[in-house]
Amino acid sequence: MATQVLPAAAGARPAAAGRGPKLGRRGREALAGLLFASPAMLMLVLFLLIPILMAFWVSLTRWTGQGSPFTSGVPFAGASNYADLFARNGLERTDFMTSVRNIFYYVLLVVPLQTGLALGLALVVHRRRARGRTFFRTAFYFPSVTSSVAISIVFLFMFTGGGAINAVLSAFGIRGPAWFSDADGIVHVLLARFGLHTPPAALTGHGVLGLSWWDWLAGPSVAMCAIIALVVWTTSGTFMLMFLAALQDLPAEVTEASLLDGAGRWQRLRYVTLPMLRPTMFLVLTLGLIGSWQVFDQIYIMSHGGPDKTTLSPAYVSYATGFGDQNFPAAAAMAFVLFAIIVLLTLAQRRLLRSRS
Amino acid sequence: MSRRSLAGAAVLAGALLLTAACGSGFSGGSSSNQQTGHASLQIMIASSGDAETAAVKQAAAHWAASSGNTATVVPAQNIDQQLGQAFAGSKPPDVFYLDAAKLADYASVGALWSYGGQLTDASDFYPTLRKAFTYKGTLYCAPKDFSTLGLEINTAMWSQAGLTGADVPTTWDQLTSVAQKLKAKGMQPIAVSPTHDRLDAFLAQAGGQIVNTAGKPVADSTQNLQGLQYVQGLLKNGLLAYSSTLDTGWGGEAFGKAKAAMTIEGNWIEGAMKSDYPNVSYQVAPLPAGPAGKATLEFTQCWGISAKSQHHDQALAFVNAMTAVSQQLAFAKAFGVMPSRQSAQAAYQQEFPKDAAFLTGAAHGVGPVNAPKVDSVLSDYDSQLTQLATADPKSILQRLQSNLSAALGG
Repeated sequence: MATQVLPAAAGARPAAAGRGPKLGRRGREALAGLLFASPAMLMLVLFLLIPILMAFWVSLTRWTGQGSPFTSGVPFAGASNYADLFARNGLERTDFMTSVRNIFYYVLLVVPLQTGLALGLALVVHRRRARGRTFFRTAFYFPSVTSSVAISIVFLFMFTGGGAINAVLSAFGIRGPAWFSDADGIVHVLLARFGLHTPPAALTGHGVLGLSWWDWLAGPSVAMCAIIALVVWTTSGTFMLMFLAALQDLPAEVTEASLLDGAGRWQRLRYVTLPMLRPTMFLVLTLGLIGSWQVFDQIYIMSHGGPDKTTLSPAYVSYATGFGDQNFPAAAAMAFVLFAIIVLLTLAQRRLLRSRS
Repeated sequence: MSRRSLAGAAVLAGALLLTAACGSGFSGGSSSNQQTGHASLQIMIASSGDAETAAVKQAAAHWAASSGNTATVVPAQNIDQQLGQAFAGSKPPDVFYLDAAKLADYASVGALWSYGGQLTDASDFYPTLRKAFTYKGTLYCAPKDFSTLGLEINTAMWSQAGLTGADVPTTWDQLTSVAQKLKAKGMQPIAVSPTHDRLDAFLAQAGGQIVNTAGKPVADSTQNLQGLQYVQGLLKNGLLAYSSTLDTGWGGEAFGKAKAAMTIEGNWIEGAMKSDYPNVSYQVAPLPAGPAGKATLEFTQCWGISAKSQHHDQALAFVNAMTAVSQQLAFAKAFGVMPSRQSAQAAYQQEFPKDAAFLTGAAHGVGPVNAPKVDSVLSDYDSQLTQLATADPKSILQRLQSNLSAALGG
């Protein structure tokens, strides 16, 4: 971008030279642009950048939560809060790493499922001849505009041992689990079905970052699966709207041309529609990824991290460390590690999608 | 450096300067500049409901009018979080409810004004409550009220199993034998919430402690092991079930829905039974004694006064007014809490004869773990306890001990 700006600015310079220190036309335009943008930028700096920097400072100290963290009495800790998260064997590391594991599986399931569901719904309601389009559009979008607190509580009732979900399952002869008190990882459950009841010692005896390999490989717990179902259901409406907007923007000529070329429905979708949806796909995947890593409210309302810590999320651990243990510096450090994870994964995803084009 | 990155650097530098400016903006407020005369007190409470809020507001208004001060009562939605924010912002409320489990967190960082020595008739508070609010030998604040755990018994299920009032268990052995009789009739004998706030009662009955009076962790003692092994035995034999496995949210719900004949809860269960399960008749007995005698768990809050408050004298006068015997009895009538003063015991007992079992718990009540920064350690302990039926009690206690040592040593 900078290379694009510079020649233009150089071109404007001779004209400005005659009028001394006054700004050229481009300079004035840039100034006007800055002025117009300044209220928004000021808000960003005041409510986003400054608090972030303040939190970063807190993560470098041993602040006790009493008074301002910017006084000389607050001891400086350097990177030790970060080092503790990775290198010190203790509950803090175990909790944080457990939460990273939980959310890794959560993201692995939520992002593809919500993107796929959103795309499917968008394709369904996009069809011109579909009956009751407006009704279904509203219906599919409805969960997204409902309060997550209300939905979480409804799901709590649905997923109780004697709730609606298990009643439906029992109609098919399946005995449903006690969803929100079942801490078994689904990988472990599947392995047990194949007869592997006692984990191999090679996996339980060794581990990394405070968790054994067996724990890392547990998969999402049954309780987490219920939360995953909830989140996929509530978020797909928003993403459906994005796909729908993109679908309606697609040039009709291209579709018509593919029809003339004799492409079938699946071929059209695979070779025409999907490639043209790539920018939207990137947006949806990125927003989904970021939102999933930051999940907090459903956990806070439904499970508080239980059963057996299998629904802890990094954001919830950070909150609990800050306001439960009054250990604000460690909580801030966790938040920045989470930030780093999200940035790295987004960059990786960007590179992945770009290299395929 | 390109123009764009220069501009970026300038914005960052400006932001850093602003950060520093903001930082100096909300510092200050040293603790020493006490003000006398008229005070405007901020009081933050964690209210159990409208009845409590109204009663405290009324009492505060009465005190304010008679003493010539003003008092604003703020009911908190989430008092831990709101207090944390207020202390971080250097503008804490003058007086606030402080749970005994949180005392050490605040006392250890100097957030509390320790006024225990200046209280009117401090020795009148139950000794177990004074101990709960004593950190490193100093009584920090005045106990507001308290609850203890009792054994609730569903009388209909009780007689269905052929049991009578004479069978109410007073020892572990008797508890086991009545539970077996109930189970033989196809009933779930005991349901409890799967948390240390209930199960630690058995540890205390075996003579164990989690953290001793000197503040050192002593979780992996043989007494604690004996307590946990007893609970594990009950679990394994199906005599005791966690409320979560009975598809209920807490012991009181399992008990109210008659999914279990007994539960272990505090006097707050009375309100829930009255409003949600009015048709269930039940009686309350003291918890049965273990090998080391009687013990129960005690839950209590105190009137904390922040060290940064500029009105310590007035705040102390307010607390003295709130903990006067007549005021405590008024609170008891308004929202059913047990007074923290021993001299109020007789009057309370007369008013609420059903609470006798809870009230006697005060004599051998054990407060929550009195140590700073143990919240995550105790929630880890809770998650271990949910696996107690199949786990090794000894390794649970060892894990608790090592986590406590790490939290308290550092």
